[in-house]
Amino acid sequence: MIYNNPFLGLSNFVSPVAMQGFVIVMIALVVLGTLLDIIHKKNVKYFFNNAKKAKKNAKIEITTSQKTSVILKTVAYDIATTSELGRGKRRVAHLLGMYGTILFWIGSVIMIFCYSNPSSDTPSFWPIIWHVGALMTVIGGGWFWFFLRVDVYSEAQPWYRIIKADLFVLALVASSLTGLIWSYLQSLNLNDRWDDKVFLVLFIVSNLVLFGGVYWSKFAHMFYKPGAAIQKNLAEADGSRDNLPPPADAPKQFGLGIKREEPKHY
Amino acid sequence: MSTFVYMTRCDGCGQCVDICPSDIMHIDETIRRAKNIEPNFCWECYACVKACPNHAIDVRGYADFAPMGHSVRVRREEEKGTISWKIKFRNGTEKNFVSPITTKPWGKFIPKLAEGDIPNQGEIKSQILYREPEALNTKKALPTVSKGSFKKGVYY
Repeated sequence: MIYNNPFLGLSNFVSPVAMQGFVIVMIALVVLGTLLDIIHKKNVKYFFNNAKKAKKNAKIEITTSQKTSVILKTVAYDIATTSELGRGKRRVAHLLGMYGTILFWIGSVIMIFCYSNPSSDTPSFWPIIWHVGALMTVIGGGWFWFFLRVDVYSEAQPWYRIIKADLFVLALVASSLTGLIWSYLQSLNLNDRWDDKVFLVLFIVSNLVLFGGVYWSKFAHMFYKPGAAIQKNLAEADGSRDNLPPPADAPKQFGLGIKREEPKHY
Repeated sequence: MSTFVYMTRCDGCGQCVDICPSDIMHIDETIRRAKNIEPNFCWECYACVKACPNHAIDVRGYADFAPMGHSVRVRREEEKGTISWKIKFRNGTEKNFVSPITTKPWGKFIPKLAEGDIPNQGEIKSQILYREPEALNTKKALPTVSKGSFKKGVYY
């Protein structure tokens, strides 16, 4: 199953052009949804206003090379390792979901655009990337949804309570899980039985919800969060620090230095 | 004055929800970020501002002087055991203070509530707070207010 390109089997009754068209439509839906989100929430306007304010309050003039270095460090540390989530389960689950999703999407695009023709021979690397990515997304997303969601973890809400904020994570997990099941059923050679068709339809529907629901879900956070991290670190570098005090110049263990507990005191 | 959350900074970790003594910091149902659900009931105790690991919470001044550009912000560094304050006045004057964290460690003077039983939905929705009445050193039932007596517009 893991070496099987599921889109190659699909090409027997759906043309590669149609599959490629579907991917392009999904990308267009993400762009459209994000633009509508930007217009509605005015968050990009807020970002630029905040940047102007930070520039006005800057204590140090930072050069372009310093700025580039701050941005590169932010990308390598804050964004690539989602450092804002601290050390713990939430970060591990987020990293699993994030890198799983990236692998799953890259694998899908490469296999659909390069290896979906019935005569093509798919290198085993891409199906492995696709399956491992989907599995990581299911594990990370499922772990988050069942156990680590803050409304479940900190507010003691039951895990089965579904709210609008779940649209993104549920659609993401559903698309990866249905994709995996569809690929598994395909590998069983069921001779045109209904099973894999059902999961193919579920896979398509979950993708439509995921990419078509950008305006209503928190999908666009993956674009805003890196921007916010870069702005935060630039503000630290130029001394404006969003009006925050500088890190304390105090001896280690100035106070009791108590260890933060997990937010689970209800 | 009351607290508010910079949504781009918040990662929904729940530290403010956990620490708010008024139980007014909650999780938004659309974007799963923290929000102050009842600014009128905020004591301005700064507990959530200090607890936030991402400095995502700030305190909004009253409308008559907030636009004049003052700011009171705080940085809590638990590994150093320090709380740093930066007070910015309307005329641009800045004052910086560093104080030690004096909170007692969990488990020594403060009970380890994280290890207690998870409350059920009925307990969460009741007017009695977690571990009441025994945490108040009494076994008597505490008085409650019937919902019918709330003034119009107040819903709980």
